[in-house]
Amino acid sequence: MFDFLIDGFGVALTPLNLGLAFFGALLGTLFGALPGIGPINGIAILMPLAYTLGLPAESSLILLAAVYTGAEYGGRMSSILLNVPGDAGAVMTTLDGYPLAQKGLAGPALGLSAISSFIGATIAIIGLTLFAPLLAEIAVMFGPAEFFALMIFAFSSMSVMMGKDPIKTAIGAVLGVLIATVGIDSGSGVLRYTFGLPELYDGIDFVVMIIGLFAISEILLMLEHAHRSEDDGKLPPLGRVFVSLKEVIACKGAIGRSGLLGFIIGVLPGTGASVAGAVSYTTEKRLSDKDNTFGKGDMRGLAAPESANNAAAVGSFVPMLTLGIPGSGTTAVLLGALMLYNITPGPMMFTERPEVAGGLIASLYIGNVVLLMLNLPLAGVFARVLTIPRWVLVPAIAILAFVGVYQLHSDLFAIYLMLIIGVFGYLLRKLGFSLAPVILGYVLGGLMEQNLRRALSISGGDVGILWQSGISLGLWIAAALLLVLPWLVPKLLSKKSREEAQQD
Amino acid sequence: MKINPTLRRASGLAVIGSALLIGQAHAQTIPESTECIAPAKPGGGYDLTCRLAANGLQDTNLISKPMMVSYMPGGIGAVAYNHVNGVRTDDPGLIVAASTGAAVNLALGKFGQYDADEVRWLGALGVDYGAIVVSADAPWENLEELMADLKDNPGEIAFGAGGTVGSQDWMKAALIAKSGDMSPKDLRYVAFEGGGEALAALLGDHIQVFTGDLSELKSQLEGGKIRVLASLSEERMGGPYADIPTAAEQGYDVEWPIWRGYYMGPDVSDEAYQAWIERMQELAEDPVFAELREARGLFPMSRFGDDFDTYVKEQVTEFKGLAEEVGLTQ
Repeated sequence: MFDFLIDGFGVALTPLNLGLAFFGALLGTLFGALPGIGPINGIAILMPLAYTLGLPAESSLILLAAVYTGAEYGGRMSSILLNVPGDAGAVMTTLDGYPLAQKGLAGPALGLSAISSFIGATIAIIGLTLFAPLLAEIAVMFGPAEFFALMIFAFSSMSVMMGKDPIKTAIGAVLGVLIATVGIDSGSGVLRYTFGLPELYDGIDFVVMIIGLFAISEILLMLEHAHRSEDDGKLPPLGRVFVSLKEVIACKGAIGRSGLLGFIIGVLPGTGASVAGAVSYTTEKRLSDKDNTFGKGDMRGLAAPESANNAAAVGSFVPMLTLGIPGSGTTAVLLGALMLYNITPGPMMFTERPEVAGGLIASLYIGNVVLLMLNLPLAGVFARVLTIPRWVLVPAIAILAFVGVYQLHSDLFAIYLMLIIGVFGYLLRKLGFSLAPVILGYVLGGLMEQNLRRALSISGGDVGILWQSGISLGLWIAAALLLVLPWLVPKLLSKKSREEAQQD
Repeated sequence: MKINPTLRRASGLAVIGSALLIGQAHAQTIPESTECIAPAKPGGGYDLTCRLAANGLQDTNLISKPMMVSYMPGGIGAVAYNHVNGVRTDDPGLIVAASTGAAVNLALGKFGQYDADEVRWLGALGVDYGAIVVSADAPWENLEELMADLKDNPGEIAFGAGGTVGSQDWMKAALIAKSGDMSPKDLRYVAFEGGGEALAALLGDHIQVFTGDLSELKSQLEGGKIRVLASLSEERMGGPYADIPTAAEQGYDVEWPIWRGYYMGPDVSDEAYQAWIERMQELAEDPVFAELREARGLFPMSRFGDDFDTYVKEQVTEFKGLAEEVGLTQ
């Protein structure tokens, strides 16, 4: 049954392919680390190169897959060090990663996130090897109605992030949802909030949104401080470099659960690393945040989204390899790469081209080990980035981001838009809003609206479709429980303890 | 396009200027440095279209320097269309990727102030065809059965594809409905993000009919999970598609070619335009190119110059009529 995998290791362990996996992992880490270049762009840039070099199909797939998984590793670096997510999957990583770095724990945070990424990806690769065909069958059971219920579940799980200012969190999320409505409405073809600007027809690009909201607002905050106080040059302390075994073990639950969760979310077509990161973080916060330390530099809050986003990246290979259906934008580009080699992914690929299917899966195992070996020792090196004064570092990142965004759009409009969003983000921060709910509202809200509209076009406007299937009903109940239980359980508990006290 | 005209013009002029210099030195009408703009993000259909020209021209030695592929996403192609009409209007080294989808958007007035007469339509190098797809365990064996059922129970059958309402994917569904004397307005159409998601929804029986493209169905045909009721081509296609009847064969007069071609700026000189046409014709006839085209799942199509220009404009007129009929124009 696993002949293809044995063959695959044979393919993946040839010097050329091993070298490509290493090269791809390194490049991918870099692509992920630089805000503005995510896995999709990284692969799209490398794909023609691989083809022109005349690499055989399995080799170029190994290279591209290594870039993809590497980017999920790399995305966390600027999240932790600069509070600027490197890619979509790393938004939640900022929440505890950045506070950790500010406490002088940048090295351990980078190390821990590398280990979490490794374990999350490994869980997903094993899942992929063992259950891919079965999972693909389940994944297609998710239709628009089920996805809508899943987004409701995701939003209600966000309620845990309400923190000390629930109104502001809610407003932030709604702002994000509003921004997601800009562009052509796919359900009717009508233009919404585009103000006659063709540049807005496709909506506001994720990269533009993230760089504007996080990086530009950060620069504006720094400018303000530079004029006001003397201690601008003060750097966070650079503490120890390596994460301790004890710290990793303390996170084992978070890593394991999130890896599993991330894998499942990744398998579903249409949801990827960003949703996986959000759901796993909020789930973990609900399960283990007993002392309310999440968001203040809790290791578990860092480990959870990192494990989940890597697992999701691997999970999205399942529908691609087994059904020939891309589960994410990145796998869609990979699918295009396969087509160039006249390989059509799908159930037949495992029997017809076992060297490609097996080689890819084997290379995921190998690439993952390479990434861990690459990232663990480098944690100390990258942590030193923090010894560069922020007033040098953040503008430098911003310049890179400007170049990256311009390169992708060939258009200054995107740059202006990024600046406007940056000012908007700055104002939000000054008013005491947290940015994570805004970006989550933007990502989840877009998916939620689209799937609601799709479900209603299928049913012809009958809302009953939204809870017709067992899956969606289950998600609705889970979402309701998430909202009610935190309020109900303490009351029940305190009643019980009162009764016990009376008995004593 | 109105954001920073000075800078744009300056960079445009620089490119044109250098192009002119090279042109003089070699007494050529097409500069040595050529560029193809894909009016989308990397990785999509327009990227593929540009790479088809870039790789083809290079592999057949029709260009000496690799053709640059740049990306200009925005407005489903409108940003690039405006750019070529407003800034790089006479760049002899620049071609822009286009497809049937661009013709649809021109018809719907989504390209702003410019219409199909503005640019110089160069030619098409390949074509894909629409397909009407149902799941392998669906009750319909041919298009007629589906259409009969659709008439009786329009509410039970949902169509879906990767494009928005008003996109070329939607047009396929609308035309099929029309050919069966149904109003496209009564159709239940679900817009997904890309053909992959729509295909997944078909396999999960969330939608019943997928109006996709033949090339994206190749792997699914082998997998045996879908049934293609009709291809929207003039005649049956070869290879793995030989058993798929056309819609016309079954009495529904719908053809939906998704051509992949290019246009140039409105002020490009006749000499440069003619030189490009000759170059593209030569490319289309080369066996090396045929292989490249097939690897991308495209069927042959050779329409260049005036022939192509007329073809695109006729299409736009036809789509305008359809759009008005279903109340989609703005």
